[in-house]
Amino acid sequence: MSIELKQVSYTYMPKTPYEHKALDDVSFTLDEGSFTAIAGHTGSGKSTLVQHLNGLLHPECGQVLVDGVDLADSSRTGRQAAKEARNKVGMVFQYPEQQLFEETIAADIAFGPKNQGLEGEALAKRVKEAMELMGLDYAAYKDRSPFQLSGGQKRRVAIAGVLALHPKYLVLDEPTAGLDPQGREDLIQIICRLRKKWKLTIVFVSHNMEDIARLADSVVIMNHGQMAIKAAPQAAFEQVGILQAAGLQEPQMLHLLHRLQAVGLPVKADGIQLADGIHAIKEALSHAK
Amino acid sequence: MAFIKVENLTHIYHPGTPQESVALDKVNLSIEAGEFVAVLGTNGSGKSTLARHLNGLLLPTEGRCFIRGLDTCNEQELWQIRQQIGMVFQNPDNQLIAAVVEDDVAFGPENLGMDPQEIRAKVNASLQAVNMAKYRTFAPHLLSGGQKQRIAIAGALAMDTDCLVLDEPTAMLDPQGREEVLRTVQKLHEERGITIVYITHFMEEASVADRIVVMDKGQVAADGTPREIFADVPGMKKCGLDVPLAVEVVWQLRHQGIKLPEDILTEDELVEALEAYTCQSN
Ligand SMILES: Nc1ncnc2c1ncn2[C@@H]1O[C@H](COP(=O)(O)OP(=O)(O)OP(=O)(O)O)[C@@H](O)[C@H]1O
Ligand SMILES: Nc1ncnc2c1ncn2[C@@H]1O[C@H](COP(=O)(O)OP(=O)(O)OP(=O)(O)O)[C@@H](O)[C@H]1O
Ligand SMILES: [Mg+2]
Ligand SMILES: [Mg+2]
Repeated sequence: MSIELKQVSYTYMPKTPYEHKALDDVSFTLDEGSFTAIAGHTGSGKSTLVQHLNGLLHPECGQVLVDGVDLADSSRTGRQAAKEARNKVGMVFQYPEQQLFEETIAADIAFGPKNQGLEGEALAKRVKEAMELMGLDYAAYKDRSPFQLSGGQKRRVAIAGVLALHPKYLVLDEPTAGLDPQGREDLIQIICRLRKKWKLTIVFVSHNMEDIARLADSVVIMNHGQMAIKAAPQAAFEQVGILQAAGLQEPQMLHLLHRLQAVGLPVKADGIQLADGIHAIKEALSHAK
Repeated sequence: MAFIKVENLTHIYHPGTPQESVALDKVNLSIEAGEFVAVLGTNGSGKSTLARHLNGLLLPTEGRCFIRGLDTCNEQELWQIRQQIGMVFQNPDNQLIAAVVEDDVAFGPENLGMDPQEIRAKVNASLQAVNMAKYRTFAPHLLSGGQKQRIAIAGALAMDTDCLVLDEPTAMLDPQGREEVLRTVQKLHEERGITIVYITHFMEEASVADRIVVMDKGQVAADGTPREIFADVPGMKKCGLDVPLAVEVVWQLRHQGIKLPEDILTEDELVEALEAYTCQSN
């Protein structure tokens, strides 16, 4: 099972002076169990792209298939299946305010599972579980308003609301933006754990090359509405030209190692994570002696 | 006289209700004219609450907040205070109000009573500074997340104030965009002596400031130069924060017996130190 994008194009405000082609002939497949990162410059079409994955936007041309079902199918026979397919995809928006609306945090998180038909004890359990996953103490937060929180706390509530759905496909649009360093790390650990436990298929919009490197098995790089490349992160990071054209930069550690090479240090520049980089530098220093 | 002086500032949201929350707890802080201060702290530590006191958007539950000696609690002085502080809010949606980008950016200067010609020049220059000139006639709410953030920054720049307060201005930007915004802020600081209060979760960004203030549970937990603050690597991590990559690398290498100077802060300094290290051991 998978999500398939087939030659998807999308234009905002067609036939107006503000017409803007935000997606231009994008095709790729997200296999079940895969972890795909999406990166690209501001305005490159990332959010537009991910909003196609749960049918919030429908392609102007092309198709989005979730487990073989066309999300845009509005025929009498296909409508129900399309709705069910859309419900398999949980989506965390770029700004948490875009998805918070209930009066209390507990009600907000309960909204989705309730719509799925959960009630009573089972519903309460879901809400508690999701809040605990996101480090939100149930007793302390359940009755608070989701709007009276700090930016990072709102983000945690928004993510909890989606986790409470137990989605099969989890789509996160810049989920670590606004989280403090520990909070980022915690979120990444949670995502990794749930990926295994719930056998999730994940799509993750991010500007953080280190996170992409350690999490994703492939990265889609967007540039002006087009897919510039879809490749394993390591391979993508070697395409420095493509990265730069898309507003991105090579991972920081790689950048450091390349600079050390440039001043004549014999380092191997293949590490992205801290430990690899430290190791490479130590090796080089002992050789230089 | 300090540009910003915060005395014993306490802020309690919804006091006396079950939602009561102490966001600032007896904060004392003084920022001189021309300083570039980065503010770090975990989620909920009180950074945005502090920022909103600096232009009187929030008023103290206890204590005082002075801008160039003017008291935010004094209604007559509030207008004057707001003229001196350009604000960029954490979520640009709270800031973008007009139907068209250029009107939005012009809103601040218009409120200051700038003359129309000057406003036009300021709007052009600030849109250019954030690389958004070609979106001037667009509707702000139809822009991408990062584009909105740039417009919010342009709006603050256009006010041409002596002080800018920026609340996570680069959270939604791509890496090149982040660098551009930081460079713009640095330039304003260096060339025009603008006072900067810069809230961020990016340690690298904080390291270019003159001074870092670390907030923790509504209090100032540490206050010093970037070198001083980042010297305590385990301490920063323990309170949920981090250090720039160069600092971390030096810290780890030193712990593994490689004698590098301990006060390295930037990548440039690290490259230089490693180069020197290999030369001297040859
Ligand atoms: N509702 C809309 N109406 C018109 N144009 C839009 C709308 N939403 C987005 N756009 C435009 O489409 C392009 C792609 O926007 P999108 O939000 O997909 O970008 P993004 O890659 O997510 O950017 P960011 O990193 O800034 O969030 C942008 O140029 C944007 O201005
Ligand atoms: N409108 C509000 N009503 C009630 N409590 C609030 C409100 N806004 C913030 N708080 C609380 O005040 C504390 C400080 O919030 P603040 O927004 O200042 O944090 P912050 O340091 O900016 O965090 P972040 O990094 O997540 O943006 C938090 O515990 C938060 O829950
Ligand atoms: Mg986006
Ligand atoms: Mg904040």
